[in-house]
Amino acid sequence: MNVLFPATADAVLEALRAHPDARLMAGGTDLLVRRRAGAVAPGVLVCLERVADLNGVEVLGDAIRIGAATTLTAILENGAIRERLPLLRDAAGAFASPPVRNMATLGGNLCTASPAADTLPPLCVLGAEAEILSSSGTRRMPVADFVTGPGRTALEPGELLGSVTVPVPGGGTIQHFEKVGRRKAMAIAVVSLAALLRVEGGVIAEARLAWGSVGPTVVRCPEAEALLAGRAPTLETFRAAGESVRRAVRPIDDVRASAGYRRRVAANLLLRLAEKAGPAALG
Amino acid sequence: MILSFTLDGEPRTLDLDPGLRAVDVLREHCGVTAPKEGCGTGECGACAVLVDGEVRLSCLMLAAQLDGRTVTTARGLGGAGPHPVQEALADRGGVQCGFCTPGVAVTAAAFLERHPDPTRAEIRDALSGNLCRCTGYHKIVDAVEDAAERMRKERGGRK
Ligand SMILES: Cc1cc2nc3c(=O)[nH]c(=O)nc-3n(C[C@H](O)[C@H](O)[C@H](O)COP(=O)(O)OP(=O)(O)OC[C@H]3O[C@@H](n4cnc5c(N)ncnc54)[C@H](O)[C@@H]3O)c2cc1C
Ligand code: FES
Ligand code: FES
Repeated sequence: MNVLFPATADAVLEALRAHPDARLMAGGTDLLVRRRAGAVAPGVLVCLERVADLNGVEVLGDAIRIGAATTLTAILENGAIRERLPLLRDAAGAFASPPVRNMATLGGNLCTASPAADTLPPLCVLGAEAEILSSSGTRRMPVADFVTGPGRTALEPGELLGSVTVPVPGGGTIQHFEKVGRRKAMAIAVVSLAALLRVEGGVIAEARLAWGSVGPTVVRCPEAEALLAGRAPTLETFRAAGESVRRAVRPIDDVRASAGYRRRVAANLLLRLAEKAGPAALG
Repeated sequence: MILSFTLDGEPRTLDLDPGLRAVDVLREHCGVTAPKEGCGTGECGACAVLVDGEVRLSCLMLAAQLDGRTVTTARGLGGAGPHPVQEALADRGGVQCGFCTPGVAVTAAAFLERHPDPTRAEIRDALSGNLCRCTGYHKIVDAVEDAAERMRKERGGRK
């Protein structure tokens, strides 16, 4: 096997041109598990761990740009993310374990495109945009469109995910993430919910909701979002919206949980929003 | 591929297949058996080592990634003698069969470097990727608390 360590994003693209069969490796926490299982046997690996311009968090006015090769630990510990994107910070905090977080990257999480990828629901409700690099130029698309199905992305051969740019929600927006797993650490999500609520004058002005692990990819529920808009953020409001959530999700039975359980938890996770948004509406 | 790295304070140069796993390089080619292979898939932490001072799972790392790095295993963690974490693990009954211990020791040592005065909850969280089938964890947490105190005293004493 040949392992290459380019130092810049351009050098990564050059390596992909020179070795069309090469695989990219960021933290290796998905790829090397799959290699061990015999699912992949790459002859050439292009390793992103020493690519400086794909790594790091940058504040750009009202948005935060995160390089694809930034680790989950770096996201968890970043001050701007803690303050302005607590939703993403909480998802990073619920991710795997500290050693895995030291290796796993945001780009690897998006490109794996697992139905249980913990950063996907937050990035979808935040309206994050993916930047895709190739030798013929750069293109951008919403993260929600970047993931096209379980294990599938919009990346074409020779392309590289460069970064993700996340708009910072305005003041007064409630950001919430909750993940239910079989245990607290090191657990793949059974269900997760990312929510963004803008509360104005005691009512919900806008709600954005996304669930992980209850469908082939992230599940949105426009019906529930519409039901919440214009209502006071009470337990009753969230209970009513839960009905449409139960209908919208497409969970499966697997070793971690039954579809019925997932359906119920997906709806019930909304109730926690009353605890968070209720006091904000009063205050 | 020629790999050069520092292992527990000693320079090493080896000519190896870059696609080998780091855990195999350390155990089979360097004879350093402190890192253990438990699961081989990132779930147990037995293979943890420090790479440039940060915890990494050597079962999910390639030989090539070691090149140019400083690697510390439980064997070299304390330099000439045991590290305070290792002393405390022994004194507090935090070791039974010992299979998880090298991974616990390096993970706890790296954590205490950054969090010299942690709560028990923070210690549990820091060690949540290190599985132990024997101790039930309480004594490991006791030991890390104790080690934190020993390290604070050492630091205070040196001033
Ligand atoms: C023990 C364990 C626990 C885990 N727990 C969780 C969890 O709680 N939540 C969760 O969401 N995931 C979890 N995972 C899965 C995994 O850690 C994540 O998906 C992680 O984010 C993958 O990132 P990576 O950098 O390691 O990816 P890699 O393994 O390096 O790469 C994954 C895939 O993405 C491609 N790729 C990587 N970067 C790019 C890029 N910039 N451009 C184009 N393609 C790219 C690679 O070619 C490869 O196909 C866990 C894994 C393990 C081993
Ligand atoms: S052997 Fe590496 S984490 Fe279990
Ligand atoms: S002491 Fe036996 S696994 Fe921890």
